[in-house]
Amino acid sequence: MNSSAPRPPAAAGSRAGMKKELPEHFRSYKHVWVFIEFEQGEIHPVSLELLGEGRKLADRLQVELAGVLLGGCGAALTGAAGICHSYGADVVYVAAHPVLADYRNEPYTRVMTDLVRKFEPEIMLLGATVLGRDLAGSVATTLQTGLTADCTELAIDDERSLAATRPTFGGSLLCTIHTLNFRPQMATVRPRVMPLPAPDTSRTGRIIEYQAELEESDIVTKVIDFLADRNSESSQLAFADVVVAGGLGLRSAENISLVQDLAHVLGGDWGGSRPLVQKGWIPSDRQIGQTGKTIRPRLYIAAGISGAIQHRVGVEGSDLIVAINTDPNAPIFEFAHLGVVGDATVLLPALTEAFRSRLAVNRLAG
Amino acid sequence: MRIFVCIKQVPDSAQIRVHPVTNTIMRQGVPTIINPYDLFGLEEALRLRDRFGGEVTVMTMGPPMASDSLRKALTYGADRAVLLTDRFFAGSDTLATSYALANLIQKASENWGQPDIVFCGKQTIDGDTAQVGPGIARRLGLTQLTYVSSIDEIDPSHGTITVRRRADHGVQVLQSRLPAMITMMEGSNEIRRGRIEDALRAASAEVVQWNAAAAGITDLGHCGLRGSPTVVKKVFAPPSREEKATLVGEGAANPAAVANDLITQIFARQPVLEGDLMHAAARH
Repeated sequence: MNSSAPRPPAAAGSRAGMKKELPEHFRSYKHVWVFIEFEQGEIHPVSLELLGEGRKLADRLQVELAGVLLGGCGAALTGAAGICHSYGADVVYVAAHPVLADYRNEPYTRVMTDLVRKFEPEIMLLGATVLGRDLAGSVATTLQTGLTADCTELAIDDERSLAATRPTFGGSLLCTIHTLNFRPQMATVRPRVMPLPAPDTSRTGRIIEYQAELEESDIVTKVIDFLADRNSESSQLAFADVVVAGGLGLRSAENISLVQDLAHVLGGDWGGSRPLVQKGWIPSDRQIGQTGKTIRPRLYIAAGISGAIQHRVGVEGSDLIVAINTDPNAPIFEFAHLGVVGDATVLLPALTEAFRSRLAVNRLAG
Repeated sequence: MRIFVCIKQVPDSAQIRVHPVTNTIMRQGVPTIINPYDLFGLEEALRLRDRFGGEVTVMTMGPPMASDSLRKALTYGADRAVLLTDRFFAGSDTLATSYALANLIQKASENWGQPDIVFCGKQTIDGDTAQVGPGIARRLGLTQLTYVSSIDEIDPSHGTITVRRRADHGVQVLQSRLPAMITMMEGSNEIRRGRIEDALRAASAEVVQWNAAAAGITDLGHCGLRGSPTVVKKVFAPPSREEKATLVGEGAANPAAVANDLITQIFARQPVLEGDLMHAAARH
């Protein structure tokens, strides 16, 4: 194995996690960074959501918010940087290099760690996407700093420390995690967990170009093909206005159709809770919850879902949550706005019919 | 081929309960399993060994009881099992865990030779971080190939590998070099039913057990709580909303009446939604 791989620093005696004092050499670390995921010419929405969240953290700390953009084409990156400015970034670091055209762990890790060492941010946020998760672990290990995955809430405490809250123990409790004496403090957040801020196109900012020193011949991994997904039918689930989901209360795989029928009448999308995926009743890309998709629809109808925290954190951003469950003590009634104590397999068809006729009546009237 | 598979013993999350009064995890009596995501790597490792020859070593860091999971992995057909266990590792976060496992892998390499591939789980079901595999790859200078849905070509003698990797908007086909750290996507294969010979062998096989010193770890400042840059400051149940759900349809005559009550309530709270849904319905 490669002997040039990063090894932990020799001066290890001081890295006791319980020690609260921030070492002198980290005190110059300032500003909040968001890694901007830029693929196929588009910014991933999670990066814009993080700019909204990062803006709040930066304001609280009275520092700047920066986006970090890596890619192959300088012109495209400059355009994307403008979008970052309109979503709240004061500064955008742009690294354009042919080697960075497609995401690969090795060159992206190298450029990100070089940028951190040069410009010293105190906080770095990444989306908990496939790309973000692949990158964040490598960067944090190289920098030997703390990384908290899949946060559902970020805040700054009275000692200027990032308080990163995430579900723990399989999603039954929440915990708040700090990186007290290392910098940057790193965290990932899943898509749709934070609201998408409204862009302000009149906002401007600075661009700092960074000349990455990379040679294609140094990179062992080559992208030899990319097979783009054809618009997968579940790809809009996270962005649907109306979502209907089922849980174990449906009692059988056949009853998934009751959920689909209601979603169809409402022009919405459908999904299910984690146990349905584990039972093989629905595909995993239809899973709604912490370890599946986070949704923020205007109307969410949960049928036969008990509402474990795992599920709750994935749907809490919904404008209106309607729960149907036979158990009046089910935790879902703690956070739903409207509830019906009853059998989902009976109520779903009734709702489908009632919505169908109501919307049809209105259409005639309108 | 020489293949190492890192596994983790986890509580069967379907059976975790939280104490209703104290909000603490009730671990008593919760059965443990091999992290389900690890099994896809184990099966891939066994297939490669069956095809090219060589051996599969399963390893983990954990309490002494984690040897149960290692023994289970032997019943599937793994050749050797190693447990790294020491109280100094208690409280490890992902950075400290990848430090311990990277050292374990290095020590195992000294004993049994350098691996061509180290498989890790895509993530665990209890921590869900997906950080330990990349951490190990980074520390050991292994090629990092995460979210692999299939290994299309592999040539151990030339050290080349071609994989399909699940990316956010499609599938990347990557050509790379061994040694590599690979995490497999769920559903990429299915763990075999172990053979009777393997079950018999596993029952009496020795699980190699090392403490920190035996694994060559002398710098305990990188281990456990001390070696963890992250600190858990608070564990809590989510605050309940002030208002609980407004119950609808109680005492209604039939499901249709409940449905109508509910719809009235929904549109009373989301008046704009009704018009929007109507327009959407009209477009169908």
